[in-house]
Amino acid sequence: MGYYLKEREADRFLKELSADYELYAPVKMKDDGMFSDTDTVRYGKIAKASDIVFDEKSDYSFKEVLLPLSETLFFFTENQMKEADGRKKGAVIFLRSCDLHAVKRLDEIYLKNGYEDYYYKRIRENVKFVLMGCKSCFEDCFCVDMGTASADFYGLSMEPKDGGYQLDNKYAEWDGILEELCQEKLPVTPSTVTETKVRVTIPENLTLDVAKSGMWDEYDGRCINCGRCNFACPTCTCFTMQDIFYTDNGKVGERRRVAASCMVDGYTDVAGGGSYRKKNGERMRFKVLHKIYDYNKRFGYHMCVGCGRCDRICPEYISFSGCIGKLEEAQKEVENHDAE
Amino acid sequence: MMQNEYVPFFSEVKEVIRHTDIEYTFRMAYEGDVKPGQFFEVSLPKYGEAPISVSGIDEGSIDLTIRKVGKVTDEIFEHYEGDRLFLRGPYGNGFDVDTYKGKELVVVAGGTGLSPVRGVVDYFAAHPQEVKSMTLIAGFKSATDILFKKDLQRWRKVMNVILTVDSGEETKDCKVGLVTEFIPGLELSDVSKAAAVVVGPPVMMKFAAGALLKRGFAEENIWISHERKMCCGIGKCGHCKVDDTYICLDGPVFNFTKGIRLVD
Repeated sequence: MGYYLKEREADRFLKELSADYELYAPVKMKDDGMFSDTDTVRYGKIAKASDIVFDEKSDYSFKEVLLPLSETLFFFTENQMKEADGRKKGAVIFLRSCDLHAVKRLDEIYLKNGYEDYYYKRIRENVKFVLMGCKSCFEDCFCVDMGTASADFYGLSMEPKDGGYQLDNKYAEWDGILEELCQEKLPVTPSTVTETKVRVTIPENLTLDVAKSGMWDEYDGRCINCGRCNFACPTCTCFTMQDIFYTDNGKVGERRRVAASCMVDGYTDVAGGGSYRKKNGERMRFKVLHKIYDYNKRFGYHMCVGCGRCDRICPEYISFSGCIGKLEEAQKEVENHDAE
Repeated sequence: MMQNEYVPFFSEVKEVIRHTDIEYTFRMAYEGDVKPGQFFEVSLPKYGEAPISVSGIDEGSIDLTIRKVGKVTDEIFEHYEGDRLFLRGPYGNGFDVDTYKGKELVVVAGGTGLSPVRGVVDYFAAHPQEVKSMTLIAGFKSATDILFKKDLQRWRKVMNVILTVDSGEETKDCKVGLVTEFIPGLELSDVSKAAAVVVGPPVMMKFAAGALLKRGFAEENIWISHERKMCCGIGKCGHCKVDDTYICLDGPVFNFTKGIRLVD
């Protein structure tokens, strides 16, 4: 059901929701940007509709709501373990189409791949998603080519229009309040982009042999393995276990999982000194092929959703979409090499 | 409520077998189904978790052979006396002994690589009639690094055991040389149908498998077991992923045809 709400009523609607949910959306963080005197857009809690940044892309994704960068799993004493409490409230997350597609990737890993993840499921069960329509693409987006530019599996959509907001609601429990607050009921279709400035084509004949290409060597020198691309990516889900103990009582502590990056040193270290993928180019290859090759081989669709955040965040101006663009030549290179 | 896989359970240390200064086998209380080659996440709160493969399975207990090479294992060696360790698992696919029944079986193990296959060797040591023939080639760095000495003596009675060290003095029971040197001379009635299991450091597995292929083994008759960093053991943390394969879920035991083609 579609609704048009004026600013004040939209705020009232959000206030109603906040009784049961924490509301998360892209918000502007002043002077927090990459360069001096620049702002950043990241996910934060909101109270009113004008807190939501609709006209810029967020530098980091929504995923920290579902997968906190550091999450306590349990507390331990010498003889006991106590599972960490879950959140009291559910969460409503405002996100764009690409990110809504990313949720499907997180679900694939955390709810399906082998075992169900207790902590993820606990949060996920109480999350609702609000799609923010995109009127036009942003600088680094390539969602259209990744097939993630539109998503009809949203619960609610919301975007600004003529000083108010238009919403399309599929959560039956919210229709009552929306009917009460709306100025008008009307059919609403969330805005969708149909073309992006950045284009990518993933070669169909891509094989694992492309790992042998010389194209990856370039990144040995350019990449500084900072891992920002992983932390900005809405589909990167890796973590590392970490035990900490309290300084007041060294026998008591907690086990956490913290976000991990396949680009950063130590990711593959095994006890005794062994490690895999020492060069940054190899790590780049591992990451890129996961996003657009081997995840697809395992699950039947690509992991990358084309949000372009990795391109935007890289301090060395390495472009992921640019890297995809080199794959066709690289595949030819390894095939010719094998043929010789 | 669903199962919380991350919270480990206490397990009593029933016995500690000291093989070398840095390699002990911890016999842990455990009830439940386990296969050789599967692994447990062993932990000490404060220090973290480490994936350790099952080196023996008995009524009410499992063996975990631990090498003192990291933060967690260092601590386990300090604090095990009369103690308990935290475990979760078993995880991974493990070896399926049925695969090798009725065949000429060759097991090639390097160093602690003997741990994950010890259960397989032990099974056929107890049921020698279930294989056509059985050979174990076990290699260690030196005489002081040899693990499972008592088992090796016991196994000699029912199978062909070739024990070798990389360097040192040759003795009646122990040869000198790399495991690969003993593969060309293997006596087999039909090598094309013989099965082999190879477990050890990556380089050793590569060369041992190469030697087996040269000897006439078919790729599909060779099994290997991989080792990777694993934080969860249940397909979530991502550290052990290689290509489209999660070592913790799809492995750690792989048929050679798949295992060798994994590109890290």
